Amino acid sequence: MPTETSLAGEAGNNLVVASQVCKTYTTGIGEEGRLVLDHIDFALKEGEIVAILGKSGSGKSTFLRVLAGLTEPSEGRVAYRGRAVDGPAHGIAMVFQTFALFPWLTVLGNVELGLEAQGVPAEERRNRAVAAIDLIGLDGFESAYPKELSGGMRQRVGFARALVVNPDVLLLDEPFSALDVLTAETLRGDIEDLWRDHRVPTKGIIVVSHNIEEAVVLADRIIVFGSDPGHIRADIPVALPRPRDQANPAFRRIVDEVYTLLTTVPGAEAGRRGLRPEPIGLGYRLPDASIQQLTGLLEALSAEPYDGRADLPKLAESEHLSTEELVVLVETLQLLGFATAAGGDMETLADGREFAAADLLRRKQLFADHLKRNIPLAAHIRRVLDERPGHSAPEARFLRELEDYLSEDEAHQVLETVINWGRYAELFAYDYDSGVLSLENP
Amino acid sequence: MAQRWGLPIVAWPSRLRPSFWDGVALPLVIGTLILLAWASQQMSVPYHPGETLPISLDPLKLPAYALRTVMRMALALGLSLAFSLAYAAAAAKSRRAEKLLIPVLDILQSVPILGFLSITVTGFIALFPGRLLGYECAAIFAIFTSQAWNMTFSLYQSFIGVPHDLREAARMYHLSAWQSFWQLEVPFALPNLVWNMMMSVSGGWFFVVASEAISVNDNTVLLPGIGSYISVAIDHRDLHAVGYAIVAMLVLILIYDQLLFRPLLAWAQRFKVEEIGGDEIEPPWFLVMIQRARIFRGVAHVCGRLADLTSRAATRLPQARAPRPGKRVSAALDLLWNAALAAGSLYAFAEIMLYIHAEVGWTEFGHVVFLGAVTLLRVVVLIVLASLLWVPIGVWIGLRPRLAHRIQPVIQFLAAFPANLFFPLAVYAIVKYSLNTEIWLSPLMILGTQWYILFNVISGTLSLPTDYQLVAGNLGVRRWLWWRRLILPGIFPAYVTGAVTASGGSWNASIVAEIVKWGDTTLTATGIGAYIAVETVAGDFPRIALGITVLCLYVLLFNRLLWRRLYHLAEERLRLD
Repeated sequence: MPTETSLAGEAGNNLVVASQVCKTYTTGIGEEGRLVLDHIDFALKEGEIVAILGKSGSGKSTFLRVLAGLTEPSEGRVAYRGRAVDGPAHGIAMVFQTFALFPWLTVLGNVELGLEAQGVPAEERRNRAVAAIDLIGLDGFESAYPKELSGGMRQRVGFARALVVNPDVLLLDEPFSALDVLTAETLRGDIEDLWRDHRVPTKGIIVVSHNIEEAVVLADRIIVFGSDPGHIRADIPVALPRPRDQANPAFRRIVDEVYTLLTTVPGAEAGRRGLRPEPIGLGYRLPDASIQQLTGLLEALSAEPYDGRADLPKLAESEHLSTEELVVLVETLQLLGFATAAGGDMETLADGREFAAADLLRRKQLFADHLKRNIPLAAHIRRVLDERPGHSAPEARFLRELEDYLSEDEAHQVLETVINWGRYAELFAYDYDSGVLSLENP
Repeated sequence: MAQRWGLPIVAWPSRLRPSFWDGVALPLVIGTLILLAWASQQMSVPYHPGETLPISLDPLKLPAYALRTVMRMALALGLSLAFSLAYAAAAAKSRRAEKLLIPVLDILQSVPILGFLSITVTGFIALFPGRLLGYECAAIFAIFTSQAWNMTFSLYQSFIGVPHDLREAARMYHLSAWQSFWQLEVPFALPNLVWNMMMSVSGGWFFVVASEAISVNDNTVLLPGIGSYISVAIDHRDLHAVGYAIVAMLVLILIYDQLLFRPLLAWAQRFKVEEIGGDEIEPPWFLVMIQRARIFRGVAHVCGRLADLTSRAATRLPQARAPRPGKRVSAALDLLWNAALAAGSLYAFAEIMLYIHAEVGWTEFGHVVFLGAVTLLRVVVLIVLASLLWVPIGVWIGLRPRLAHRIQPVIQFLAAFPANLFFPLAVYAIVKYSLNTEIWLSPLMILGTQWYILFNVISGTLSLPTDYQLVAGNLGVRRWLWWRRLILPGIFPAYVTGAVTASGGSWNASIVAEIVKWGDTTLTATGIGAYIAVETVAGDFPRIALGITVLCLYVLLFNRLLWRRLYHLAEERLRLD
C-alpha cells in the first residue's frame, strides 16, 4: 500500500503517530452524532513519557483506546512504527484503571495470559512470568488469587501482565487513580525507577491521568485535552531533572499552568472578570458537582486563610480534594457566577461571598437566581414548567432535547445534575417514580 | 481446560504414591464406569410398539431402575449444557441472531414441558424404528426442555454482562475468539450457570418421573425407571411400592446433591468477580477427594496438557474483535433481516390460525380458552395462599440466621423432590374422604414449587441489613408498620423471584395435577392441564397443539402483564444498594 510507505517515512523515531484522528459516537436516538475527538495529531517519540490530562469527558480515555487499537477512529489514522493500527498491535500493552485481572486466574495465570495467547510454550511462559513478577516486586504471591490482594498489589499484577510481553509501548489508563495516595506514590516510584534504569525494554509510555502532580512528576511532556469536542489544547514540555522535587518553583509553575488550563471555562480567557463573553448553550455538559461540596468550598474560600482568593493546588490539599473533584467544583462555581479562576488561582465574586455568609433560605434564593441567569438548561426547564397548563412535564421531554447534543448516558447525567441543583434551589420539583418535573412543592 | 479451572497440577509422575483419597476414589470411578456401560446398553434394546416392558414392583429392582433414571437425567443435563453454550454464544455474538434467538427462547420457556413430550414423541420413535432408543430419546428430550432454556438464559445474560475492562484486556493481550470464550466468557458465566443447573435439575426430577410413562395413541410405554415404577404402583394401588419409590428418589437426589452440586457450587465460587469473599462455602468432601486423590491429579494433568495444546493451536485462530459500528450496507441487511423475521412470524401465525380453524373449529378454541382461565384462577389463588403461608414463616426463619443456614439445604432438597410422587397419597385421601376434586386437586399444582417462595423469602430476609432492623427497633416501629415499612419492601425483590418460579412451575404441573389416577379411579378437575393430558392419551394431535398453544399464551401474557412489571418495580425502587 502506498500509504504505508508514506507513514513509515514520516515516522522517524516516532513510536506511535496519530494523524487527524476523529471519533464520533452515535447519539441517544441512534444517529451518528456527537464528535468526541476532533482532528487530533499526536506523536509519541522513542524514550519519552507523555501524560494526557483533561476534564472527565474530554475524550482522553477514548483517545488512548484509539491508540491501543481497541476503538476504531471514525476518521484519520494511527500508525505504530510505521504500520497502520487496525486492532490491538503486538508491541503495545495496556494497564487498566480497574486492573482488569481475571479473578479466576492466579497471579501467575494472569501474567501468563498474554504469553499463552501468543502460543509461547508452557515452560518458557512460566519462566518469563516468574521473572516479570519478581521485577514488579510480587515474588511469593505467584499462587495468590487477585481477590486476596490489596489494590496496590493488584495493579502490580496489571503491570507485570503488561511488561511480560516485552512491550515497546506501554499505555496506562489512570493506573493509579483507584489506589490510595500512599500506595499510588510507591507504585509510581517503582515504575519510574524501572523506566529510568532501563530494566524494561519499553521505549515509550503514554499515561492518562487526572492528577496534575502525578503527571508533572512522571512525564516528559503533558498534553492537555479540551472538551466538547475533545481536542489538544496544550502541549507542555516538562524539562525538569529526575527525580523531580515537588517543592521546586519550576515544578510549581508547571502545576499552576496546567491548573489554569483545566479550570478556565470556555471563552473566559478573553473575557473580563465575572462576565462570560460566551454564554454556555442548552446542551452544555454540566459538571456533576454536589451542592454540599460547592457550599463547603465557597465557605472555605471565603474564610481564613484564603479570604476570597486561593491557589488551587493549595486549596486542593487543604480541603482534601482530588484534582478531578476540584476541577469540577471550580468549573461549576464559574458557570454559576460565584467565582472566577485564572492563573491557577480562584477568587470569589460578590455573590459568592454573600452566599458563603448567608443563611439557608437566602442561599437557596441566590442559588435559584444564578441558576436561572447562568445555566440555560435550568432556565429552560423552569420556563417550560411555567408555561405548561399543569405546570409539569415528563423528564423524557428534556432528555430528548439534550440528546441532540449529548450521548444518552451523558444526557441522563446532565439532567440528573440539573435536577439536583433545581431541587436545592426549589426552582422545580421532581418525582422519581413517575419521572415528572413540576412546580409542586411537596 | 481443567488446568485453567484450578484443579491442582503436580509434576506427573514424580509423586505416584497414592493418597488416602485414592482408596475412596478408585472403586468409585471403576464402579461408575461399569454402571454407565450397563445402563447405556440397556437403552438401545430392541422394542416393538405394542409390547409392554415388564416393570416389577420388587423393591430390590429399584436400584437398577433408579440408575436408568439417573442416566436419563445425566444425558439430558449434558445435552442442555452443550445446547445452551452454543445457543447463548450465538445470541451473544451476533446482533441479528439475537433478534431471533432470544424471543424464541422466551416462548420456548413458556411452553409446558410435557407439551414437548406429546408433540415430539412420534418423531423420535420414527427415528429409531424397532428400538427402545426412540422412546428414550423422547423422554430425555422432555427433561432437556425442562432445563435447557433456563440455563441458556443464564449463560446469555452472563455473556453479555462480561465486564468491559476484562473484554478489553482480552483483546489487548491478543486472545483469539476461542481462547476468549473459554478463558473469559465461560469462567465468568460459571457461578450463575452452576446455580441455574442445580435449580434446573431440581425441576427436572419432576419431569423425569412424568416422562417415563409415555403415551402414544392410546398406548402407554413404560420406560424402566422410578417414574414407571411408581406409575405401575399406582395401577396396582400398592402404597408400599409408592413408599419404596419415594425413598429411592430421596437417596437419588441426595447422591446427586453430594456428588455433583455441592462440589460444583463450592468450586464455582472462585469464578465470582465480586472482590469481597462473601460467604465462604466449606469445601465438600467430594471436592476434597477430587483435589487430593492422585488419580484425579493425573487426569487433571493430562487435561491441562490437552487444554494447553488446543489453546496453542487456537492462537492461530482469528482474534476476538469488537463489534464494528454499523455501516450503510449492514443497515440495509438489518432491514432485510427484520422484514424476513416479521414475514416469517406472520406466516406462521396465519398457518396456526388456519390449522386450528380447519381441525377443531372456533367453538372448541373458545372452550379451551375458558379452561385456561380456570387454570389461571387456580394458579393465582394458589400463589396467594402459598404466599400468605410462607412469607411469614420465611421471614421468621430469615430473622434467625443460624436456623436459616441449617434449613436452606433442606428446602432446596424439598424443591428438588418430584412432588408427583406424592400425588397417589393425595388421591388416596380424596377418594377416602370423598372430597371435591375441583378444589382438592389444585394444591397438587403447587406442591413442588411452593418451596421457591419460602426459599427466596428466607434469603431475602437474610440479606436485609441488620442496621435496618436496629433502626426500626430504635424508632419503635412495630407490628403492621414494621411489615409495611421494613420487611415487605425489603424482601420484595427476592419474593418476586420466588413467586415467578413458583407460578411457572404450577402452570407446568397443571398437566399432571389436574388429572390423577389411583388404580382404576381417575380424578379430574376442570382445566387446561386436564384437557391436554386427556388429548395426549387419546393421541389427538390438533387438540394437543391447541391446548399447548393456549396454555403457552396464558403463561406469556401472565408473565408479561404481571411478573415482568413487578420485576421492574423491584429492580427500580426496592433494590438494596
